Amino acid sequence: MVSLTLFFAVASLFLDFNFSLPENGYDFVAYLQFIPSLLKFSLFTSLATAGFIFVILFTLMFGRVYCSFLCPLGCLQDIFAYISKKINKKEYLYSLSHLKTRYGLLITVVFIYFSGSIIGLILLDPYSNFGRILTHIAAPVVIGINNALVSALEKINLYSIYPVELKGTNLSPFFFSMTVLGLILWMSFKYGRLYCNTICPVGTFLGFLSRYSLFKIKFNLSACIKCKACERVCKSGCIDLNTQKIDFSRCVACYNCFNVCPVSGIEYQWIFQESKEQAFKDKGKRDFIIQTAAFLLTFPFSAWGVEKQRKFYKKSTVPVVRKTGITPPGSLSLKNFLNKCTACHLCVSICPTRVLQPSFVEYGLLGIMQPRMDYKISFCNYNCVACSRVCPSGAILKQDREEKKLIQLGKVKFIQENCVVYTQRTDCGACAEHCPTKAVRLVLNKKIDKRAPQIDESICVGCGACEFACPTKPHKAIYVENNPVHLKAKKPKEYKITEDVDLKGNFPF
Amino acid sequence: MKRREFLKKSFKLGCSVGAYLAFGDQIKAFAADKKNKGLPFDLVAIKGGEPDIMFNRAIESLGGMKKFVKPNQTVVVKPNIGWDVEPERAGNTHPLLVKQIIKQCMDSGAKDVYVFDHTCDKWSRCYANSGIEAAVKDAGGKIVPGNLEKYYQEVDIPQGKRLTHAKVHELILNSDVFINVPILKSHGGTKLTISMKNLMGVVWDRGFWHRNSLNQCIADYATFRKPDLNVIDAYYVMKKNGPRGVSKADVLKMKSQIISTDMVASDTAAAKLFGMDPADIPYIGFADQLGVGSRDLSGLNIHRIVL
Repeated sequence: MVSLTLFFAVASLFLDFNFSLPENGYDFVAYLQFIPSLLKFSLFTSLATAGFIFVILFTLMFGRVYCSFLCPLGCLQDIFAYISKKINKKEYLYSLSHLKTRYGLLITVVFIYFSGSIIGLILLDPYSNFGRILTHIAAPVVIGINNALVSALEKINLYSIYPVELKGTNLSPFFFSMTVLGLILWMSFKYGRLYCNTICPVGTFLGFLSRYSLFKIKFNLSACIKCKACERVCKSGCIDLNTQKIDFSRCVACYNCFNVCPVSGIEYQWIFQESKEQAFKDKGKRDFIIQTAAFLLTFPFSAWGVEKQRKFYKKSTVPVVRKTGITPPGSLSLKNFLNKCTACHLCVSICPTRVLQPSFVEYGLLGIMQPRMDYKISFCNYNCVACSRVCPSGAILKQDREEKKLIQLGKVKFIQENCVVYTQRTDCGACAEHCPTKAVRLVLNKKIDKRAPQIDESICVGCGACEFACPTKPHKAIYVENNPVHLKAKKPKEYKITEDVDLKGNFPF
Repeated sequence: MKRREFLKKSFKLGCSVGAYLAFGDQIKAFAADKKNKGLPFDLVAIKGGEPDIMFNRAIESLGGMKKFVKPNQTVVVKPNIGWDVEPERAGNTHPLLVKQIIKQCMDSGAKDVYVFDHTCDKWSRCYANSGIEAAVKDAGGKIVPGNLEKYYQEVDIPQGKRLTHAKVHELILNSDVFINVPILKSHGGTKLTISMKNLMGVVWDRGFWHRNSLNQCIADYATFRKPDLNVIDAYYVMKKNGPRGVSKADVLKMKSQIISTDMVASDTAAAKLFGMDPADIPYIGFADQLGVGSRDLSGLNIHRIVL
């Protein structure tokens, strides 16, 4: 029950398309998610980011309670396993421990991270995978239902609920999430918690810790009647009735065994009662060191925080060339963002203007699916700080509205050769219309006798409204160039109006 | 897939041709130029009060709302809700004015009053932060989204020089009465935005207007479904940095309002009120050439009220 509550709580964060959940709800729910909390803690040490420490403490006390009570991907697998039980009357057997795979993957992910790339966590963090499944599979379904309901109500002249738009040009997260979902579905249907004991780095790490936990689930040898009921329901396949031993590093604390045992033959026991757990065998250790070393020698390194050149090339006169993707307000810099974001897409699902979109290669292949600001399809609302309020891993730090209005994500750049005012001598002004600070304004250009855009980079906040509004095709005449480290924009000067209003006199016509 | 698509498309085409032949005359594509409608004045200008009070006085002097809204008619009110800013920033029409107009329509026996705009900023934030969504609901109107393409239908604009066809919101095409409620403000591209520019919010593809001579497109569209009434909100006027404005320092509290059935006349008067020469506003000249209305205020019967 506890796990289902948290499951729905986390799911609702991603499905909240009307932005009706309170902001501190996000912090509260995401507090105990392991990887995001760990990442945020590495940025600033405080109780507010120490959720993962509590997880470690729980694990050192009772084993992998995280995996059954806090991990939403775990709960999803339990749901599938429950369905499997009902349909196929699924029963489990004691299974292999896959030590090489588990520890190999964990060490690889850690090594990759310290070499400068977060791609290991992007691909394997259970919370982020759950987030993406919800953002790209569940949310569109929920939104589709909402929109269908809106259409139905409109036919009877009711306009009380609103349609929601979905925007996006990058399908890779959808395919990736479908693959992960398919994998999880298959693995949990057939093998219970196999994902948690082979692939998941959090599972492996907590499993390692649970070998030393104070309380472990063990057999009460005097009471156990060897009926094998517990082994048959153990989703991790970690109970071996033949030796009456439990591989506690794989136990996900689901307590199915407690529920079915007819005699209390299986229970939590204080560690100082039983013999030691199976040690990590020497042969296994040697093999996996060799395999890991071989793997790493062929691994292409990415240097720490180097921005790569990516050209957005389209057919036309002057293409817009941007050096790299633009990171959201509150991410401080490209380096901070790329090192902390595990692409869970909570910011993508919460963004009201849908300017935050998963990247493909804009941050390089090792940053695949990490969100970027896509000014071709939308722009960043001047008054909005939604993404900074929800990010659980410290990739986007909390901002208050007035601070956010001075963050310069990038600088506006003008391409005169693409602008219709110059090429067609026509009035346009779409860019200046949208600019919230008037960093681009229209000024009379005497040479062409037309009011043309003039830019002032110092007050530009890089929101992309100008780029979004610019109507020229296929290349824009105005765009935002990324600031690798976010800068502070100057406040636009305010000139008070000195005109008097004559409320009693005549009209000027 | 190709054959199926072809069949689908021809079926749809057949249906739409059939529908047009059967119901085409009901699509009010060419609204007759309702010159004056037997009203006592061509233009009413009022100043010195709150938006709702001024509207009540002004509409009374024209003969009351019942001159424009008959019982059981459907009304569409199109304010400016383009920007995600609060009312004191003068980026959107004042919510009290919108509320009062809806109330008057309902009192005159309107069946339904709809309000919408194809906003520039995110529509749900614009609707909420402008105060207009709440005002509409209070007054018993229905506020409708304008940001999904499915609400817009393609129409021809035969008098258009640059804008020859456009996708227009179905509410404009289907409602009996159309009330245009712009706010007077400065505009980067066209110098001022008043009644005719406000109509830009009823079409889907605004980008087309921007890259194909914005001023001409504004005038072209003004020859299509003309509003039955224009109410220009000049209570808070954005004097510079329009149409979005940067801060409250751009706003002048002028406490005025201009009402007319003639968009060219009302825009000319509003330009003068703002302090600009109407001859400097290209789209007013273009619209006059296309016969949308009259620039010559001296030939009009104008009622001036000072509260």
